[in-house]
Amino acid sequence: MSSEAVVRPSIERGWVLPSRGRVGMFSLIAAESAIFTIFVVAYIFYIGKSLSGPLPKDVLETPIFITICLLSSSLTIHLAVRALRNAKVGAFGLWWFATLTLGAIFLIGTGREWQRMIYEKGLTISTNLFGTTYYSLVGLHAFHVTVGLIAIALAMILTLLGKVKPEHSERADVFSLYWHFVDVVWVVVFTVVYVVGR
Amino acid sequence: MSSESIALSAVDHGTRPISERLHDWVVTVDHKKLGILYIVYALVFLIIGGIEATILRIQLIVPHNHFVSPQVFNRMFTMHGTTMIFFVVMPILFGFGTYLIPLMIGARDMAFPRLNAFSFWMTAFGGLLLYFSFIGGNGLYGAGTVPDVGWWAYAPLTSRAFSVGHSTDFWTLALLVSGVGSVGTGVNFIATILCMRCPGMTLGKMPLLAWLNLVVGGMVVFCISPLTAAQIMLSIDRYLGGHFFDTQAGGSAALWMHFFWIFGHPEVYILVVPAFAFVSEIVPIFSRKPIFGYPVMVAATIAIGFISFSVWAHHMFTVGMSSYGNSFFVFTTVAIAVPTGIKIFNWIGTMWGGKIQFRAPMLFSIGFLFQFLIAGLTGIMLGAAPFNWQLSGSYFVVAHFHYVIVGGIMFAVFAAFYYWFPKMSGRMYNEALAKWHFWLFLIGFHLTFDFMHIPGMLGMPRRIYTYEPGRGWDIWNLIVTIGVFFQIAGVLVFVANLLWSLWKGEPAGNDPWDAWTLEWSATSPPPEYNFATIPIVESRRPLWDLKHPEDPDWKYE
Repeated sequence: MSSEAVVRPSIERGWVLPSRGRVGMFSLIAAESAIFTIFVVAYIFYIGKSLSGPLPKDVLETPIFITICLLSSSLTIHLAVRALRNAKVGAFGLWWFATLTLGAIFLIGTGREWQRMIYEKGLTISTNLFGTTYYSLVGLHAFHVTVGLIAIALAMILTLLGKVKPEHSERADVFSLYWHFVDVVWVVVFTVVYVVGR
Repeated sequence: MSSESIALSAVDHGTRPISERLHDWVVTVDHKKLGILYIVYALVFLIIGGIEATILRIQLIVPHNHFVSPQVFNRMFTMHGTTMIFFVVMPILFGFGTYLIPLMIGARDMAFPRLNAFSFWMTAFGGLLLYFSFIGGNGLYGAGTVPDVGWWAYAPLTSRAFSVGHSTDFWTLALLVSGVGSVGTGVNFIATILCMRCPGMTLGKMPLLAWLNLVVGGMVVFCISPLTAAQIMLSIDRYLGGHFFDTQAGGSAALWMHFFWIFGHPEVYILVVPAFAFVSEIVPIFSRKPIFGYPVMVAATIAIGFISFSVWAHHMFTVGMSSYGNSFFVFTTVAIAVPTGIKIFNWIGTMWGGKIQFRAPMLFSIGFLFQFLIAGLTGIMLGAAPFNWQLSGSYFVVAHFHYVIVGGIMFAVFAAFYYWFPKMSGRMYNEALAKWHFWLFLIGFHLTFDFMHIPGMLGMPRRIYTYEPGRGWDIWNLIVTIGVFFQIAGVLVFVANLLWSLWKGEPAGNDPWDAWTLEWSATSPPPEYNFATIPIVESRRPLWDLKHPEDPDWKYE
């Protein structure tokens, strides 16, 4: 039997499927959201259930500056991806570096905050329920920032070596989805830890 | 048949040394090899998990038996449950999915082949970690080697005080690691099905197996992650002195139960939806009719996917939730029976008026149909909170979920084995041996799990090491254990059939079943690139269109 009956070129012409990079990243983000949801639920469930101090109102200081840094890094990575899409590799490098710097400031800020809480206030992960939930939720987020920063740093090195080309803009775009997700998670964590939980 | 137009012979590997061929299997990113790796890996663990189950049943064959010690008994039921769920059924279903999805949607590989390999090796590593605890779990003298906390590992059993040594840590890490692999597979399924379909294959023209695995991918992504999160918390408790599940410091043991079951119940559907997928492919072929109610099947599956996330606490009716909580979970549990029932009607509708061929895949599918129906009915019984208060934690529950997993899922998996074995190996299995397997396993299954309901209703709790004579449980336990040996005989026939057919089976040809989906247009086994030219489809049954150009499906769809 012949296959002419089925081969109809009209089908092939208009055949467009979603980008697998974006679909894959959105699926990964869905999985990560589920992990964060569980940690956020645990945090909210245990608000006010600590049997001993120190309590959130004694030790927490709202980290305004690093929050602004992290949230603005979403804007800079967006500008970086747009620059690469328009084949402006130089501008891409600058905005990418800005993203790296802002993310690093956030991470250093978190580290200093933890240092203050551990050494001055005596709150560790095993002190009470607040310590357990606080360090694991904020730590899980900081871990995601760290992973993102490693990826950004690698791409930065490749940019400096001149290996990043405009055709890589889709990869940068897919990665930027992850970075935006990390920012959105911080908005949730910030609200839960520093607004609701205090 | 007309499939010669896209048939090409596989590259001949026969002349290369065995070390190189083994090396190929280790470094492969080919979805067909990884699929087979998953399946073989799962079969090895099926034997191990089966031996553990046999040990449990021999211990319970008569009252006051001393076949194993109570400690070993606890380890065996923990390892049996964990192994069967995470390292047998999941990998076997992922294996079939990985093997079949690209072939059925006309693609050359998964969307992310390297992620696919990563996922398999993470799962494999997880299984090895779990079993390494036989060697490395003994952190303290006399602390015990293998996990003995039950497969759901309720707090506070898992706290340092009650689980010294490293056995629980191996359990936690094994599930954490294999969970990462599972999420990778879920992501890959979704991306492959959405982004790699061949021209013409719109979502409405995908084979049901692809549709159902798309839903499975979504469920894996949303439900394995909570388990991963819970395992991270448990590790924080055990290693860093955290208090998530430490009731002494204000923590909550019930929170672990919620987190575990919010994974645990969708997990049941992750296991059963691929089984639905197999049956949805096999029943039409052996009834010689297209599937009845395709859009309704898809809608019912999506409904199951959503509702499965709202039923978890029906595992927790005896914990003491509010009456509103109980009512909600009774309602959702009964609601999820509706789409499941729709599916059963659709399969029967497919068979209705068809020319049914009772080959081994069809026999196992029909077994699945009736046994899954009964499993669903006992599920509704247990979903009613007052009934559940009476029977929760009894052998009735054990009988119910084994009816789902063995009578439902394993029967569908065996059907899939016989149905796709010719495609994967290029050879036909032995039909007579397959029928022996079916009847032996069917008899064994019903002896074991039908009669297991009765001691449950008579009050026999699950996970007990032994029992007093004279409570009316003795005869039932004896029958249940006798059934196990029929099941073992069936599985031995199955393994013998696989091995024998692999060497001596008749060459199968590309399309031994006169089937309709794209995998049967490739050679058996398919070449590495699957299709020399990417096919173009116009209906849900592209091979029907090829074989019957005078009356193609696309005229009617």
